Amino acid sequence: MTTETVQRQQEVTYLEAISQALDEEMTRDERVFLMGEDIGTYGGAFKITEGFLQKYGEWRVLDTPLAESGFVGAAIGAAMMGLRPVVEMQFADFISCAFDQITEVAAKNHYRWGAAVPMVIRAPFGGGVHGGPFHSECPEGWFFHSPGLKLVAPSTPYDAKGLLKAAIRDPNPVLYFEHKFLYRRIKAVLPSEDYIVPIGKADVKRAGNDISIITYGAMVHLALEAAQVLEKEGIDMEVVDLRTLIPLDKETIYGSVRKTSKAILLHEDNKTGGIGAEIAALLAEECFDCLDGPILRIAPPDTPVPFSTPLEEYFLPKVSDIVGAARKLAAY
Amino acid sequence: MYTSHGMEAIAVGYASALERDDVIAPFHRDMGAFLIRGFTPGEILAQYLGKRTGPSKGKDGNVHMGDLKRGMISFVSHLADNLPVATGIALAFKIRGERRVAFTGTGDGGTSRGDFHEAMNFAAVRKLPVVIFCNNNQYAYSTPQRLQMAIHDVADRAKAYGMPGEIVDGNDVAAVYVASNRAIARARAGEGPTFLEFKTMRMHGHSEHDPAKYVPHELLEEWKKKDPILKAEQLLIQLGYGDAAYFQEIGERVKKEVEAGVEFAEQSPLPEGPEVLEGVFAEEANRY
Repeated sequence: MTTETVQRQQEVTYLEAISQALDEEMTRDERVFLMGEDIGTYGGAFKITEGFLQKYGEWRVLDTPLAESGFVGAAIGAAMMGLRPVVEMQFADFISCAFDQITEVAAKNHYRWGAAVPMVIRAPFGGGVHGGPFHSECPEGWFFHSPGLKLVAPSTPYDAKGLLKAAIRDPNPVLYFEHKFLYRRIKAVLPSEDYIVPIGKADVKRAGNDISIITYGAMVHLALEAAQVLEKEGIDMEVVDLRTLIPLDKETIYGSVRKTSKAILLHEDNKTGGIGAEIAALLAEECFDCLDGPILRIAPPDTPVPFSTPLEEYFLPKVSDIVGAARKLAAY
Repeated sequence: MYTSHGMEAIAVGYASALERDDVIAPFHRDMGAFLIRGFTPGEILAQYLGKRTGPSKGKDGNVHMGDLKRGMISFVSHLADNLPVATGIALAFKIRGERRVAFTGTGDGGTSRGDFHEAMNFAAVRKLPVVIFCNNNQYAYSTPQRLQMAIHDVADRAKAYGMPGEIVDGNDVAAVYVASNRAIARARAGEGPTFLEFKTMRMHGHSEHDPAKYVPHELLEEWKKKDPILKAEQLLIQLGYGDAAYFQEIGERVKKEVEAGVEFAEQSPLPEGPEVLEGVFAEEANRY
């Protein structure tokens, strides 16, 4: 066995998977370049692009001024000219500074006048890291309501790498929500060959017959943990990982709920007007006649993400919340 | 409808100074730039009537049209939004080592927006081949310049970003052309961005529904005398390029072209309702 094969078979973290995807895409396609705050010399706040500046130079790894609207706008312009910018938000929370460029310029561009914007914005999102109100946010709901954007949120190293490659190769603006909590907590051995995870395809992470739990991001792991607890009680829960939020894989969602007749929607974004609300409405419209119980949502309360440990623990969904909801549904 | 009335020299001047493969992200009073880039009166009027033959096929209206093949970026109503976009276009040129230039601008009001400042700064930091202009027509809708900023010359803003800022008579097409030419040459030579302030006056309301009673009558009278088209004609007559009859003949030819355009636009089909669903996502990226 060669050294390379040994290395290839090593487990990589979710963070390393993202880094690998960027590296491989930049090597594959010279049009791909990176922009963001502190991504060059410093290698990024989370070190995703460590070493990239040395490897690709300052015109493919651009440290930008602290101006999210400005550099997202610049990425849009470069994308229209045929390049493939990948923009890093230092934290997903800061994406609000670029809201106008994303929703008014990028999202509407192709629809309004036929000019495609092949651009990726990476947004490290989510809580559980004691980041407080400005470093823990799940802002995907804002963009879920803006036609013209694609939204993905991988939960595993395999999906993280494959979805990022798919996003870079997609001719549309793609918001790539990577979960900070997962960065160094989960590992997997990835295929040595080039692969993508297609945008628009959900993945059943655990097959089950009694209840469907539909979720994405870090919550997938919570759902899997809950499924193990429930298994001991004889409740067989199916875990559907959306992976892509826009366009939603309705076929997989409906297929799962038609099989189990019961649905729980779980997400880390707050409850009101969240993605779970939309899926609940879709299920009520499309799967009403096969439902054997109420559609339940598990999501944080409508508050900012708090800082202090007991507050954040109270805020975030827990395994016990899922187990409780599943027991309630199983009784129907 | 947003007219260029009283401001025609700006777009005509700068668009004439650019090469065909340079890219323009115009202001909403820059109709001259569209005409120079080959947009016909027919397709422009079809756009205004929401017809399928307009550049945006009815998806967007009035001046919100663009065409990458003709190097025209579609205008976004959020003033100054296209300035960062133009810096990115210039960045693409720079990354690929092309000698192309991006040209963009906004009004006096637009320079209050963060995107103006973020674009100016990024362009200067990276020495991008972009020219950014302000057509200072003294009013942003009804708000006069004195309530928009505490400086007299918008060009002063350039200094803060470390780029040259030049004041230009925006009603003199030759002055606009010469200043634009200089800024474009500078950008093309890799010396970075230039900011041009074209001083002018908006002779109509913000859009045609607005009688603009907030503009003092005397001010309009004063600027009427500086009409850029009359001024250009006088200059050309002085230089011996034509006489009154020649300009009359141009006027008649333009009238005929516009009338043919009106006919084309009126006879063009409207889009069908279900076309609303087309084009939200691109199937492939631009080949440009």
